[in-house]
Amino acid sequence: MLQFFVKRLMALVLTLVVASGVIFLCLEIVPGDPALYMLGLNAQEDTLAALRAELGLDMGPVARYWAWVSGMMVGDFGISYTYRTPVAEMVAERLKVSLPLAIYALTLSTAIAFPAGIWAASRRGRGADIAVMGVTQLGVAIPNFWFAMLMVLVFAIHLRWFNAGGFAGWEAGVGPVLKSLTLPAIALALPQASILARVMRSALLDSLNEDYVRTARAKGLSRGQALWRHALRNALIPVLTIIGLQFAFLMAGAIIIENVFYLPGLGRLVFQAISARDLIVVESVVMLLVFAVVVVNFLVDIAYALVDPRLRGRG
Amino acid sequence: MFAGWYKKGALAAAALVAGMGMAEAKTDIVVGMQLEPPHLDPTSAAAGAIDSVLYSNVFEGLTRFMSDGSVVPGLAQSWEISADGTVYTFKLRAGVTFHDGTDFTADDVKFSLDRARAEDSQNAQKALFAGITDVAVIDPLTVQVTLGAPNGAFLFNMAWGDAVIVAPESIDAIKTNPVGTGAFKFANWVQGDRIDLVKNPAYWGTPAKLERATFKFISDPTAAFAAVMAEDVHAFAGFPAPENLPQFAADPRFQVLVGSTEGETILSTNNKMPPFDNLTVRKALAHAIDRQAIIDGAMFGYGTPIGTHFAPHNPDYVDLTAQSAYDPELAKKLLAEAGFPEGFKTTLKLPPPSYARRGGEIIAAQLRAVGIEAEISNLEWPQWLEQVFRGKDYGLTIVSHTEPADINIYARPEYYFQYDNPAFQKLMTDLTNTTDPAARSAMLKTAQTIIADDYVNGYLFQLAALSVANAKIEGLWANAPTQATDLTAVSWKD
Repeated sequence: MLQFFVKRLMALVLTLVVASGVIFLCLEIVPGDPALYMLGLNAQEDTLAALRAELGLDMGPVARYWAWVSGMMVGDFGISYTYRTPVAEMVAERLKVSLPLAIYALTLSTAIAFPAGIWAASRRGRGADIAVMGVTQLGVAIPNFWFAMLMVLVFAIHLRWFNAGGFAGWEAGVGPVLKSLTLPAIALALPQASILARVMRSALLDSLNEDYVRTARAKGLSRGQALWRHALRNALIPVLTIIGLQFAFLMAGAIIIENVFYLPGLGRLVFQAISARDLIVVESVVMLLVFAVVVVNFLVDIAYALVDPRLRGRG
Repeated sequence: MFAGWYKKGALAAAALVAGMGMAEAKTDIVVGMQLEPPHLDPTSAAAGAIDSVLYSNVFEGLTRFMSDGSVVPGLAQSWEISADGTVYTFKLRAGVTFHDGTDFTADDVKFSLDRARAEDSQNAQKALFAGITDVAVIDPLTVQVTLGAPNGAFLFNMAWGDAVIVAPESIDAIKTNPVGTGAFKFANWVQGDRIDLVKNPAYWGTPAKLERATFKFISDPTAAFAAVMAEDVHAFAGFPAPENLPQFAADPRFQVLVGSTEGETILSTNNKMPPFDNLTVRKALAHAIDRQAIIDGAMFGYGTPIGTHFAPHNPDYVDLTAQSAYDPELAKKLLAEAGFPEGFKTTLKLPPPSYARRGGEIIAAQLRAVGIEAEISNLEWPQWLEQVFRGKDYGLTIVSHTEPADINIYARPEYYFQYDNPAFQKLMTDLTNTTDPAARSAMLKTAQTIIADDYVNGYLFQLAALSVANAKIEGLWANAPTQATDLTAVSWKD
């Protein structure tokens, strides 16, 4: 187990190093001068030079890469070109929106997918199964931003139960925060829940065909008992993989939903920063997302090993 | 005992009435805006969003723009101009304080102007201050500005958001905590979400009627529509989706404000790149364009056709649209005359705003009808600045020039459309040196005619200022003479 752990940890570090290089190179290649963007059409050359010097853009790429990476190692993500506030502070502020949203959406999607998947699997081929499969097919097919707009139309504009968007802010309390995140979380959760329910169903059906389930049935367990006691645990492996991937998707993939609901989250920060060539913010946030994805996958790997002892030896 | 009950009841009733009274006279407003300011220093960025929040609300200059575009005294109460037009002596308002409690004096004016014209200045409009040779403090309420040469636009220049007065005490934190002299104080900025302003009780002029103003940033046009419809925002300044405006206009809850801006939307043409270096080709281009079709198709009917680079609401405007009227047959004839009977190929590089992206499609179709094949490429702003504006690597592009009274850009041969006409350049120099209003007016009219005669660019339309607001809100600016959302006179009807 320890060897497995160390090997995974080394892979994690290597991934981060490679990712930082790739991210930096990509943004070096992207055309566009941050100083020119900020000062606009009437800026004079001397003004641009003054701003570039202040932003450290007059340094060479190697020096800038090193300044960025060495800063990150001690938790200094640099200062945003446009906002002129430390990137770490901005990210921390945005995480207060994005992280609860991702967790909320993940909770919703799991809460919907597990019962739906299990229900469908236990009634294979019958009405319930067909209904779940039909609805989830729809859920996968519907773009989440379109579904989000539809919800805004119904629940915000007509029924007036929710605001059309915006974030209440934590100082307003947990209730208003949950309220302002509900529609976005549902919009994000719907396609995820659909995928998860389908994976859950097929994984369960696969394990229901395994020998050990037949043995369990032969020993006198009912189909339901065999499903709950034996099949479910084994079906969790693919489901865990999908949940791990989904969390990463929810963190990074909320850009469009955050725009539809004008939430001040991480996705919107990246979106704004890219269009303003606020390179340092883009680099640091993307790096942070890579870090989050890599760490989540690392944890999922560890969770596999805990759920399935056979995987420990492989590393 | 009984009396006590009675008293309590009366108190409760009184409280209820007072509460109802407060509910009627609403004193806060939430204004939606599409773009968020990158930071809060209007004197070191080109971003119009900074002025949209802070101009006149938080920061004031020596002079200021009114909603009709006129320039009136701001922090300068009055001024005298020397006979040769080079020395301006400003008498400043007494009893003005900054929001941090420090006094506003001539030293602050000197500091602000010297900072803007300094060698390491990061002012995006540094040219506004280029003529200043000296700023001298005469006494705490008198400041003397000396110019190298007379400048008829100097008082106009001082009204720009880039020329507002800042204080040395608060300058270091200005990007996150702006301290000005205006009717509103900056209170709070939740980045990515909103900026809060509160009423400045110590304001020198007419106090604001609102106690609190919140600017909320909603970039997505669909989200903007939903936010207004759900009444999450009370007003939306610069509404991004003109196609939705008829729906608001038909709804008694809302009012739609349609005004003018300083944005001349033009089909910029690379005057040095063949075949656009040929006047006949540029003339053909102008006649190939149906302005009204573009206004209807791209802006849903909002916008005023222009025939030159000048705002139609300006008293000096000359209507030259007839000179480049839509006439595809004439355009084809001119192309043949110029040696392109089969037309030619060129590029049309479009920045993100919808006027450009939607307008570009329509223009490409119109050009195709006369034989010009314009290959469209969509660019982000930083790419556009790099390729088109700085690199001059383009044939055609569409952009709205939103700076007020900016016809002088045609006097800069290195400017991205590369128009080089010594006669025009001399006219602009003469204009700067002229202070007599009648003479200036005549020169501005001549300038408009010269660039129309040279068909420098395709002149399309003046961008409309489109805002939506709750029907009960009064005092919002309909026009946008500069990028401002002046809330100082805004209030709720009972």
